[in-house]
Amino acid sequence: MNIVVLVKQVPDTATERKLTSDDKTLDRAASDGVINELDEYAIEEGLLLKEKHGGEVTILTMGPEQATDSIRKALSMGADKAVHVSDEALHGSDALQSAYALSRALGRIEFDLVVLGSESTDARTGVMGAALAEYLGVPQLTLADKVDVDGQAIKVQRLTDYGYDVVEAELPAVVSVVEKINEPRYPSFKLIMQAKKKPVEKLTIADAEIDAARVGLANATTETVDVAPAPPRAAGTIVKDEGEGGVKIAEFLAEKKFV
Amino acid sequence: MQHGLSAEHEELRRTVAEFARDHVAPVIGDYYEREAFPYDLVARMGRMGLFGLPFPEEHGGMGGDYFALCLALEELARVDSSVAITLEAGVSLGAMPIHRFGSDEQRETWLPRLCSGEALGAFGLTEPGGGSDASATRTTARLEGDQWVINGTKSFITNSGTDITALVTVAAVTGKRDDGAPEISMILVPTGTPGFSLGQRYSKVGWNASDTSELVFDDCRVPRTNLVGRQGRGYAQFLRVLDEGRIAIAALAVGLAQGCVDESLRYAAEREAFGARIGSHQAIQFKIADMETRAHTARLAYYDAASRMLAGEPFKRQAAIAKLVASNAAMDNARDATQVFGGYGFTNEYPVGRFYRDAKILEIGEGTSEVQRMLIARDLGMPA
Repeated sequence: MNIVVLVKQVPDTATERKLTSDDKTLDRAASDGVINELDEYAIEEGLLLKEKHGGEVTILTMGPEQATDSIRKALSMGADKAVHVSDEALHGSDALQSAYALSRALGRIEFDLVVLGSESTDARTGVMGAALAEYLGVPQLTLADKVDVDGQAIKVQRLTDYGYDVVEAELPAVVSVVEKINEPRYPSFKLIMQAKKKPVEKLTIADAEIDAARVGLANATTETVDVAPAPPRAAGTIVKDEGEGGVKIAEFLAEKKFV
Repeated sequence: MQHGLSAEHEELRRTVAEFARDHVAPVIGDYYEREAFPYDLVARMGRMGLFGLPFPEEHGGMGGDYFALCLALEELARVDSSVAITLEAGVSLGAMPIHRFGSDEQRETWLPRLCSGEALGAFGLTEPGGGSDASATRTTARLEGDQWVINGTKSFITNSGTDITALVTVAAVTGKRDDGAPEISMILVPTGTPGFSLGQRYSKVGWNASDTSELVFDDCRVPRTNLVGRQGRGYAQFLRVLDEGRIAIAALAVGLAQGCVDESLRYAAEREAFGARIGSHQAIQFKIADMETRAHTARLAYYDAASRMLAGEPFKRQAAIAKLVASNAAMDNARDATQVFGGYGFTNEYPVGRFYRDAKILEIGEGTSEVQRMLIARDLGMPA
């Protein structure tokens, strides 16, 4: 089975993140880049499926040159090879444009399954799985916390507010995963050493036959009108336990509809 | 002169740092207080390949070098020394003698399990009456037919009493040399061999989530083929093991020293006194600057010793210097970090209290600081 895992490099959430003042895009040079956390679960799921069904895991990344670090890490976890789409013309592309560009790159790769994290920690639009499946014309199985493949059939548990739905489709398909699905492995030194010898194919938009008029900030389908820093977190509610602390907490959770 | 780590070493360092932060830090305090061995963490470290770092792939290793092990030890000890010493002893004392001196059969039998972390090995050198003074070895092994018969007691043996301990390599007197000195050999004793039992489990000041046991051998019989290396070469063999081990302990000590800086920086930025963050007071700034200076210089010392060893150059003196300076740094930084934390440093609520308790053994284990000075002086040509 040929599995493609989408990996996005995002700013480390542990460091301070900044936007560039002139075009309201993320200043990617200002903070350390790391693999989007949910994508690590996607990589792990890809590796688990490969271990079970055989085949190859290819990492697909779109992003600037420094995303190479994240690609190396994904290869160190055990992926076989990578495709890196990098072009100045892609700067400022929104979610739909990115889905279009990635679908073009995917057109060059033979795949049975595309796996990705259900959202990124930077933009958090959470639409990539759905948009990409539309562009590719294949089924989408989103928010999966369990994936089973049997021949050409794929079945996932799709996480909902009330539990989960069981969703089935035929391969090829796109699956987005949530963090409950597995526990990502750490790269071993052996794989770290091997990673530097694994092939990474670099693609410009011309290589991937991406239409320049359909990507980039100037052609974006959405516009960031204004940005503001997140307001400081309001003080929490302190429940003092005078014998009925448990009840008060249960009431609070019920009021907020957490339970 | 090369600057910085290779990309692969740097990625390993980062990976272990991430593991220590995400998996060790949140749970280790609890293990420590219960004096429980963290089997779950050891299994995870095994899956990451940490126990196989310096061993060849054909025996289940990672194909890395000893320096990779040192980097892993440093990053673990930055968060906790118990898991770091479990790894150090498992690799450098448990598996290394078999890798370096063992027969092909011994390597094939034991190394895959030791490299995966499923099993731990231990090294039985120290006795109630002596550690670095090998002439004080009282444990004996005599040949009876095709078997060694071992009698004696070993003290303070790391990793020897866990549920996953598979073997102990024991230093024993196997005869007398021509000059009348005892002839020492190393013999591999699998766990569960009749006549081999655990003595007391120590109540320790520090390293409380690691295993340290006393071993008792009472007419313990193992096959003659369990000799590790050559008969009578035991002394030279364990000197080699100890010289390397000093670099690893230095790395562990640097980790602790750096962990003290990490914790102090964090606390100095939060805690207020006399109307200002304590980090704005010169008294605290200078303390932390001194701590960083000690950690950094000690790191350079162990990098130097490790690079000499990997280049095949003599490294005995540099290893002793690294161990001496790094254990001093750990002890001094633990004392200063506890001071930065004030009363909280004396509680088990913050890691610095644990660092304080864990630092002292670094001036004792794998050769005391006095032994390191003795080795340095002798290497400078001073009379033995």
